[in-house]
Amino acid sequence: MQIFKRKDLLGLEELSKEEIEEILFTAESFKEVSTREIKKVPALRGKTVVNLFYEPSTRTRVSFEVAAKRLSADVINVSIETSSVKKGETLIDTGKNIEALKADIIVIRHGSSGAPAMLARHLKANVVNAGDGWHEHPTQALLDIFTLKEKKGKIKDLKVSIIGDIAHSRVARSNIWGLTKLGAQVKVCAPKMLIPPGIEKMGVKITNDIENALNDADAVNILRMQFERDEKAAFPQELEYFKTFGVTEERLEKAKKDIIIMHPGPINRGIEISSAVADGERSVILEQVTNGIAVRMAVLFLVSQSQEQNHEDHN
Amino acid sequence: MKTKRILSQEDIKRTLTRLTHQILEKKTSSDGVVLIGIQTRGVHLAQRIQTIIREIEGIKVPLGALDITLYRDDLTTVGSSPVVKKTKINFDLNDKEVILIDDVLFTGRTVRAALDEIMDFGRPKSIELLVMIDRGHRELPIRADYVGKNIPTSAKEQIEVRLKEIDEQDEVVIIEKQ
Repeated sequence: MQIFKRKDLLGLEELSKEEIEEILFTAESFKEVSTREIKKVPALRGKTVVNLFYEPSTRTRVSFEVAAKRLSADVINVSIETSSVKKGETLIDTGKNIEALKADIIVIRHGSSGAPAMLARHLKANVVNAGDGWHEHPTQALLDIFTLKEKKGKIKDLKVSIIGDIAHSRVARSNIWGLTKLGAQVKVCAPKMLIPPGIEKMGVKITNDIENALNDADAVNILRMQFERDEKAAFPQELEYFKTFGVTEERLEKAKKDIIIMHPGPINRGIEISSAVADGERSVILEQVTNGIAVRMAVLFLVSQSQEQNHEDHN
Repeated sequence: MKTKRILSQEDIKRTLTRLTHQILEKKTSSDGVVLIGIQTRGVHLAQRIQTIIREIEGIKVPLGALDITLYRDDLTTVGSSPVVKKTKINFDLNDKEVILIDDVLFTGRTVRAALDEIMDFGRPKSIELLVMIDRGHRELPIRADYVGKNIPTSAKEQIEVRLKEIDEQDEVVIIEKQ
């Protein structure tokens, strides 16, 4: 029997170690499907998955779309420009309208933290968080952890450094929750102003020195520097950032030989990562993309199964 | 709950040897024969049969594992929530003579799912079914080509094939639920 019994996947904060491990284990099974000649299984046949995206996204949306299609679900993509007024009301109304179309699973990305949770509370459909504000991006963290586990054989006691804009990153937050629950030692590295106050309470070490972040790490997760998100003045210049925090071949010389380089993409060559590192042997960036499909298939499958249990409760 | 042993470790060993001989007799050659076990116990039985074929013929026939969870017809029914295990078929199935292996044949629904999944991997020349126990109560037009033992059961009874790879010991038991 499944351990994961939730109707929704909203974040990794509320998940137990066992639930995370089950998602990873299930994803291992799903990875095989994409290697078949017929890359499809009938598990979600007759189900409808709606990708509801309030923020522009190509890779996450495409990844969810491919995942749903490989499970034989029907997929509908809805992109909505965030309207600034009455966001909450509009969101629930939109959700109810989508549910009235008999959607079974809603994958939502939203600029506001907590939007997926609010939607989940109001709908019977399964809700999967595809990124909400600065809060969480659980499937990205799960695919990062899946890739790391595949490469290193375990997560426990691994040293993982997350480098970049920690303050505004839902990817960082979800990774920290997931990695620490599975027993990894996490270090965050960024300029002082991009380290959110109180982050050490999540059980991570903090450094402002890139060498320190790289030296003893088994893996690094390099975040995209999102200069467009905030007033440009708040950030160091791009070149300045590359000089101080960019991950380059020279900086990796002192690192462990088998360090793995992760990045959620899309990468900014010459800002947070050099081209040589991004394309180098230690980079698993494209494998992360492949694994993302397996992880999202697992998540869609697991939430769809738990919904049935909810129905049982209601009967 | 009443438990009765039907087959012992020695019985299971002898039965598997007989079934393997039956396969080889029918096939005249183990060329083109592949074994596919259904997770979990079918895979262990398939491994044992692979070993026996090697002892007799000196050939290691290809072996695959099939998890049929994603092909089940009851995924949308109440409270199933099965655990997804691994499917692993690392060889070409086209024009192969597949021996599909499971521990117990009951409703036939697992086999239906397995047939659909195998077809997604290619077009085998033939598929035959081998089961350790056929307990009856079929709900689909499916029958086994090689049967270890036919055991007529009532709906209240449950058959467990226990294998030492995952269980404590080799045995087949019939359990009567109150």
